[in-house]
Amino acid sequence: MANEGLRRTPLYDEHEALGARIVDFAGWEMPVQYEGIKAEHNAVRNHAGLFDVSHMGEAVFRGPDAERAVQRLVTRDVSRLADGQAGYSAVCYEDGGTVDDVIVYKREDDFLVVVNASNREKDLAHFRENTKDLDVEVADESDDWALLALQGPEAAKLLQDLTDTDLSALKPFRFVEGEVVDVGAIISRTGYTGEDGFEIYLSGDDAPGVWRTLIEAGATPAGLGARDTLRLEAGMCLYGNELDPETTPLEAGIGFAVHLDKEQEFIGQAALKEEKEGGLRKKLVGFEMEGRGIARHGHEVTVDDETVGHVTSGTKSPTLDRAIGLALVDPGVEDRFDVVIRDRPVPAKTVPLPFYKRDRG
Amino acid sequence: MNVPDDLQYTKSHEWVRTEGDTATIGITDHAQDELGDVVFVELPAEGDTFDAGDSFGTVESVKAVSDLYAPVGGEVVEVNSSLEDAPEKINEDPYGEGWIIKLRTSDEADLLSPEEYESLVEEES
Repeated sequence: MANEGLRRTPLYDEHEALGARIVDFAGWEMPVQYEGIKAEHNAVRNHAGLFDVSHMGEAVFRGPDAERAVQRLVTRDVSRLADGQAGYSAVCYEDGGTVDDVIVYKREDDFLVVVNASNREKDLAHFRENTKDLDVEVADESDDWALLALQGPEAAKLLQDLTDTDLSALKPFRFVEGEVVDVGAIISRTGYTGEDGFEIYLSGDDAPGVWRTLIEAGATPAGLGARDTLRLEAGMCLYGNELDPETTPLEAGIGFAVHLDKEQEFIGQAALKEEKEGGLRKKLVGFEMEGRGIARHGHEVTVDDETVGHVTSGTKSPTLDRAIGLALVDPGVEDRFDVVIRDRPVPAKTVPLPFYKRDRG
Repeated sequence: MNVPDDLQYTKSHEWVRTEGDTATIGITDHAQDELGDVVFVELPAEGDTFDAGDSFGTVESVKAVSDLYAPVGGEVVEVNSSLEDAPEKINEDPYGEGWIIKLRTSDEADLLSPEEYESLVEEES
């Protein structure tokens, strides 16, 4: 039964055929799992998994002022990106709160900015509203692109058999235009799992054939459930959990994507500089449960029964077999606190992020 | 979907095996399939008492938290504490090793027959 108003990616029929469980995610009918979250999670950690993330949004900045526009909107200094290089960045409001977290792709003639599906309309409005005085076109090309993420230690070997592009020359956060299974694609060495892998941008018409070929070649289809446990183990932020308009990128621990010394001013720069000098209002910490229970998004964090923050993400880590989570807490919180699970405080301790780091051999 | 003939069921997807005044309770094959990989079970203590419809514990999968409801009132006489270390038994064997608690029943239960439960699941899907 079709749900009114929900969007489908070009791969929807493939998901149905594979028996996926479909859920409403940010207005899209998306596969949350096929065989099971744990099995899919482990396939990505140990072999190769394939995700449909075509719901992500693509904004393209063109024109003489394209770089000025992007520089104004994002926290990273994109003038440092070479053609063919991508960078993770935040987009902020004037007060430093986070509009979105994005990947900026610097191409020869334009910038491609990939945004979260849940923020697509908001972002496009923000991008256009704040660049009106510039000679730039901001195009929403989200409906023109399908996006596959092939992730895992065997991703490179598997993909190399299906493309003429020399993947060994493609470093992390680099991308090239090439062919995959004889169709045109942007191949980007990026991902959201903590593993080596690729994101492949291609037309919606071409996507089902490439999807099937990658699965026949050995990739395990993986859903949004595994995507979430994988990114959490890798200590990566999810917009709406760790990042939101009330949280700055510095507080959420993605200061590495904020270039406060950027020469061209960006929206939120003054507020973030002030926060950096004056001290953070809250901080993101990784933690592990010591008592029995699984922390979940929204659970309160307390010290001596005083509320000092909240859990932004939590799960039972399939790789570590421990209950882990991220929390935004008062800056003075030390290495032990309680997570209130169903009215009961359960002890937890902070641990360094990421929870999981791949062995780079 | 596996719905054994010799059990009774609830609208909230528990199953009940009645032997004398003892009711063994778990969640159905359909319920475990909907939940996905079960990673955590919160159990009551022996001696706790519940009315029919009370929440007596929770099961959590990787993504979801789901309350467990007492199909019938009674006192907890045994809990399957092996689930604390091996919650996946609920997925692997929901009607056998994945049983959750045993109650000494204190009242009459109003439960669904296997046929009634099957039609409930069909209506919901």
